[in-house]
Amino acid sequence: MIVVENLHKTYSTGLGRKGKKGKDNGNGKGDGDRNSNRNGDVKALNGVTFRVNKGEIHGIIGPDGAGKSTLFRILTSLLLPDEGPSKVTVAGYDVVRDFREIRQIIGYMPGRFSLYQDLTVEENLNFFATLFNTTVKENYHVIKDIYGQIEPFKDRRAGALSGGMKQKLALSCALVHRPTVLFLDEPTTGVDPVSRQEFWEILDRLSEQGITILVSTAYMDEANRCTRISLMQAGRFMATDTPKGITESYDELLWSVEGERMPALLAELRAHPDVKTAFAFGDNHHVTVKERLSVDALREYLTGKGFNEVRVTPIEPTVEDAFMKASMEVLNGNE
Amino acid sequence: MKQFIAFVNKEFRHILRDRRTMLIILGIPVVQILLFGFAINTEVKDLHVALYAPSPNGFTNGITERLHQSEYFTFRAELDDPIKMEESMRKGNLDMMVLFDTESEAVQLIINSSDPNRGSIAATYAMAVIGGYQQELAGITRMPFQIEVENRMIYNPEMKSAYMFVPGIMGLVLMLICTMMTSVSIVREKERGTMEVLLASPLKQGTMVFAKTVPYLALSLVNFTSILLLSYYVLGVPIQGSLGTLTLISVLYIFLSLAFGLLISTLVRNQINAVIISAISVILPGLLLSGMIFPIVNMPQILQWLSHIVPTRWYIDIVRKVMIQGLGWAVIWKETAILIGMSLLLVGSSILNIKSRLE
Amino acid sequence: MGNVIEVRGLTKRFGNFTAVDRISFNVKEGEIFGFLGANGAGKTTAIQMLCGISKPSGGTGTVAGFDINKESEKIKRNIGYMSQRFSLYEDLRVWENIRLFGGIYGLSEKVIAEKTDELLERLDFASERNTMVKSLPLGWKQKLAFSVAIFHEPKIVFLDEPTGGVDPAMRRQFWEMIYDAAERGITVFVTTHYMDEAEYCDRVSIMVDGRIDALDTPKELRRTHHAASMEEVFTQLARQAKRVE
Repeated sequence: MIVVENLHKTYSTGLGRKGKKGKDNGNGKGDGDRNSNRNGDVKALNGVTFRVNKGEIHGIIGPDGAGKSTLFRILTSLLLPDEGPSKVTVAGYDVVRDFREIRQIIGYMPGRFSLYQDLTVEENLNFFATLFNTTVKENYHVIKDIYGQIEPFKDRRAGALSGGMKQKLALSCALVHRPTVLFLDEPTTGVDPVSRQEFWEILDRLSEQGITILVSTAYMDEANRCTRISLMQAGRFMATDTPKGITESYDELLWSVEGERMPALLAELRAHPDVKTAFAFGDNHHVTVKERLSVDALREYLTGKGFNEVRVTPIEPTVEDAFMKASMEVLNGNE
Repeated sequence: MKQFIAFVNKEFRHILRDRRTMLIILGIPVVQILLFGFAINTEVKDLHVALYAPSPNGFTNGITERLHQSEYFTFRAELDDPIKMEESMRKGNLDMMVLFDTESEAVQLIINSSDPNRGSIAATYAMAVIGGYQQELAGITRMPFQIEVENRMIYNPEMKSAYMFVPGIMGLVLMLICTMMTSVSIVREKERGTMEVLLASPLKQGTMVFAKTVPYLALSLVNFTSILLLSYYVLGVPIQGSLGTLTLISVLYIFLSLAFGLLISTLVRNQINAVIISAISVILPGLLLSGMIFPIVNMPQILQWLSHIVPTRWYIDIVRKVMIQGLGWAVIWKETAILIGMSLLLVGSSILNIKSRLE
Repeated sequence: MGNVIEVRGLTKRFGNFTAVDRISFNVKEGEIFGFLGANGAGKTTAIQMLCGISKPSGGTGTVAGFDINKESEKIKRNIGYMSQRFSLYEDLRVWENIRLFGGIYGLSEKVIAEKTDELLERLDFASERNTMVKSLPLGWKQKLAFSVAIFHEPKIVFLDEPTGGVDPAMRRQFWEMIYDAAERGITVFVTTHYMDEAEYCDRVSIMVDGRIDALDTPKELRRTHHAASMEEVFTQLARQAKRVE
């Protein structure tokens, strides 16, 4: 449904912005930074390639500034890709040549709330229905699930809605013409965990109806709700696979470490010569270690340093672990 | 077509729900007309005059008497010597001194020209009165022949300034509102991010742009009507020519202004810029180069040339001819053609500038 | 150790809508206090009252030792504030932002100059001194914004979703900065939608429908709610919410 091959996008700032100096301390300082060359051109997308099949929910996982919105705008025909041997099609239509056709069949929800705040819920929905040459009545079955929740407030102005309701209205407006492909740019940013879960349940039902969904997020835990995901950092795709495939190809020894005085424990772990990385992960720390280190040896070492009741357990990696590993490689490779 | 109507509906809702802005838009012409009509008066009346005649005789009495008869002059009898007069003039309380010579039959006029318009009118009035008296004297001594000069002011016999500024205000207000509101309303879609959603829909850019102009066209017609009603009933400015012609020309002018607003909207990114650019590009030339306040023939050549590209200048010209002088198409075809040309140019360049993408 | 925040029955009503409904809690000096809740639960309104931006409809309390009803100006001078939306001026350079905020809090030129060098050194930011803030990556901006928010060494700093959209590694570095600040005695009051971050707090409160329905250490909350993670605790509580708005 979506085919992207070797997509590049360069913004010309004309400002001759000085390129960021490489940081060699490996603390990921170049994160999300768009690479800029000497002319001040900013490279927002750097050879992106992926495919999305019909009916899939494909997640673009990456922090702000990774280039997610640029990618979405190119796929929705709002921005032109760089000239060159690239191929970008949506439902078989070329994003440059066939932009009129693309605009008939897609639904797009930008990262920012983009409805008319001074129009009521119902007026917004009707307006967008007419824009796509349809009516709310005709496609009510598509949006019923979502719109039903805000329908009691249909006479309220969109500007007076709560964040969660605005999001539902925006999704209803993007769906009202029953699009073939739905583009959702960071729909859950700033949304609490419970509302996010509800939102993903809605996406599941839409996907069951055969709508292909491309969704971006900065929340790593949402990756598991997608059919397939792409990990994105600094304008590049670091990996594209199913969430399971991503975590299975993680090839580090990963342990969880729990105990008392967690911040001090983290510092101690980092000081250990055989620990490669150590990061806080909620109530425990995730550490990657060299092969010669054993679970018992690490526990004894920590006990020796005065930490009581330390638990060290080998664990399966999460998408977040995979993301951090991949992004460290990309960022170090950059510099 | 459905899209177009839905868009126009949406625009009307935006306007109707933004009460404050709507009140300003509809209030501007009313306030302007009333301000110019009552507060700012360019007619010269009540000129303060003091006389100094050290040795009164038939000659001085004759002139004094006739100056007294003029309705334009107010005499300041308490100022009875030149020193007091000078002081008063310096303070700005006196417009003119009439000083008679003791020996010969000569009279000197000293005029306060800090307001050149007022000063020159005072001089003209006084010269006319003195000239008339001279003729009378000449009549007594019988000149061989005599030229009778008879003045008749036509089109604006009472020299009311309302006749001047009503067309000016129409030219300024209509353009300002159309240009500013259109540009702001398009730029607002960019600024609020709604443009992104509109662009990603099947809506054609042209449809959007034309739908945007409809509500402002309607608002401007309301303004046009309120200006005409106020000037006719409150200021007593007649509509000598055809109301139909006047309306037609005004619709053309409104259309031109809307097109100008569109052009601005394609060039700027935020509402503040849209407001500033529209205000500067409409108000400055509209006030200074349109002939509304300063006659164009008195301008330096370069400004006269510059005034040719100011649409307001041509519109005011037409309105004066139609409204005040009662003239018809035969006289205004040239100006009309220029306005049509300008409109086409503006519409053309804004259509060329409309982008179907975000860049 | 004393309390930096003490509120009793704090309430905010808008018309007949009660956004914050008689909340009472204390925050101890040097504590990292997580302030959680679903969208629309009343978090933002509560923070506005604590920061002296919004006047409570009812209740009493002190922040940094000042009365929230009467001494809002003094409160503002003794706290730091940072949100994801507004923190720094994008069109000013890094050092200009630091100087501006130092100046706003009444620090002298000399102190500002000394502390600026120290701050840039600590953040490993010295080479970015003259960079426009808008050309910094989000993660750096947030670290800088946090440093600026505690530049005047307030007793307490309020962080409103400081890590939204920040990448995973950077998010963790940010939390390490929070720990540093807490170590130096600055109390940290933080909201977040990342439930793993809730674990990093000393104590966590969860707001539901304008009330604080739970307040304890993450460990204790997990135990009392028989939950494996803070996410589960949060979900249990937030699902009880009745109000739609």
